[in-house]
Amino acid sequence: MNKFVVSSSPHIANRRTVSGIMQEVLIALLPAVIASVYFFGFYALFLELLCVGSAIGAEALYNKVMKREQTIKDCSAAVTGLLLALNLPATVPFYVPIIGSAFAIVFVKMLFGGIGKNFANPAITGRVFLLLAWGALMTKPWGSPIHWSDGGAFYYFRCILKGNSAIQDVAAVTTATPLSSLTQGGYAGKDLLKMFLGATGGSLGETSALALLIGGVYLIVRRIIDWRVPVTFVGTVALFALIYGGANGDALGYILPSVLGGGLLLGAFFMATDYSTSPNTKTGLVVFAFGCGLITSLIRFYGSYPEGVSFAILLMNILTPYIDKAFKMHPFGYVKQKAGGQKK
Amino acid sequence: MKSKRLNTLTNGVVKSNPTFRLVLGTCPTLAVTTQALNGLAMGAAVTFVLLCSNVMISLLKKLIPDRVRIPAYVVIIATFVTVVQMVMRKWMSPLYEALGVFLPLIVVNCIILARAEAFASCNPVLDSALDGLGMGFGFTLSLTFIGMVREFLGSGSFFGIPVGSLGNVSMSIFIMPAGGFLVYGTLMALVNYLTRLAEERKIRMGSHHEKGEKEAKQ
Repeated sequence: MNKFVVSSSPHIANRRTVSGIMQEVLIALLPAVIASVYFFGFYALFLELLCVGSAIGAEALYNKVMKREQTIKDCSAAVTGLLLALNLPATVPFYVPIIGSAFAIVFVKMLFGGIGKNFANPAITGRVFLLLAWGALMTKPWGSPIHWSDGGAFYYFRCILKGNSAIQDVAAVTTATPLSSLTQGGYAGKDLLKMFLGATGGSLGETSALALLIGGVYLIVRRIIDWRVPVTFVGTVALFALIYGGANGDALGYILPSVLGGGLLLGAFFMATDYSTSPNTKTGLVVFAFGCGLITSLIRFYGSYPEGVSFAILLMNILTPYIDKAFKMHPFGYVKQKAGGQKK
Repeated sequence: MKSKRLNTLTNGVVKSNPTFRLVLGTCPTLAVTTQALNGLAMGAAVTFVLLCSNVMISLLKKLIPDRVRIPAYVVIIATFVTVVQMVMRKWMSPLYEALGVFLPLIVVNCIILARAEAFASCNPVLDSALDGLGMGFGFTLSLTFIGMVREFLGSGSFFGIPVGSLGNVSMSIFIMPAGGFLVYGTLMALVNYLTRLAEERKIRMGSHHEKGEKEAKQ
């Protein structure tokens, strides 16, 4: 008799699971990881493993202490850790990634109820936390790409072992990022091919536009992320670069460096597309991505920080519930109520 | 009677701690606790004003017309704040500078107004004095503790004394406003957790009657 199972929606199930999606994201990040090792040596790999390990460890420990169901198997902690690692400069000492990923997992994700309930992207918030906590470590000595000949692969290891100050003293390894000279009008002569391939200064995962594009396109093709977010985000930044460039007498010269430089592609493809912290409707996503692009451009051109992608995504994360409210999906057959009119 | 008096005194320290339990006076709490010493000084100033204003309001409670009681309270509180300000300016000038605008703002500190309204205006003088002292002590304790945590993490020192070479790796976010909220929230969660533990233990050790009541509620 009682064969009907009463349950709440969704009623259509498919084979896509949280861990499946997270594994796809990990696969998509693989080119960026390879690029980071290629450009910054094995210390980059060490930092990435450390980040992933401490993120998983923090989540496991939290669940154990709070006596919750163990959730590390959904791989989301690994994704958070890896994304955070790709946001770090190659010169940070080892305790920075550990504290950063523990903060991202425990304070941003688990304290709000775990996966899907966090109000902001854990990796982005972790990066912002580290940026505010150790401003000097996180921005000043951007590692420059190393040469694999004569043992360069272990260059940063040796620097760290010699003590932290070693890196800051060696002017040869620290370099300006393409973005840091953006507002000083020093864009002319930037090597666009180098920026596209990744042989510039920057954080581990953001330098190689090519690797990020491969991963991003893979995610779009596999329908893990909505193409609207990266396209609108990058498009908005390009548009404002055009306007800013036009005002400074070089309308086209700013577009490509703006798009290829900094953490824009990493943020647009991998961070702004986080499900739980971005709007649910397609219109909402476009508005969200436009806001990200707008704030990024404003911070880059007029702010005191050279890069604004992480702040932009964090701010739009906070606005997401309001965007969702403003662009609610209406059920089929919905008739808009007239203002003041009585409807039965 | 004596134990009731003691309760009035300790109420503000533990059970209704103004910072962690009542969540009053959040603005000075977050603003001045970048250093433990600032928190201590702020707490001491508030305690003095709270004690004096509670006593004064309790004494005058029959004289103050109900309709203008809030302005009357503010006048009384402002008098004592002015005294604190003048004293600090004369003898503790660095602290006076550090607390800045938050010292005169004690006038509108909601802990003091809340205690005037909720306690001093309807209780005898001695009880009001004890309540003011307890609340002030609870506030001082919380502010000093938040200040200690933030100073330790944010500048690597303890009451202004550097701890080893911790200053080299200190996280400056903790002396920024964001870190203030972070520490405040975390400590409040901790206090809530400890309170719950204590209550649970009390229930477990309590009589059968209480146990049954609790179960009935659930």
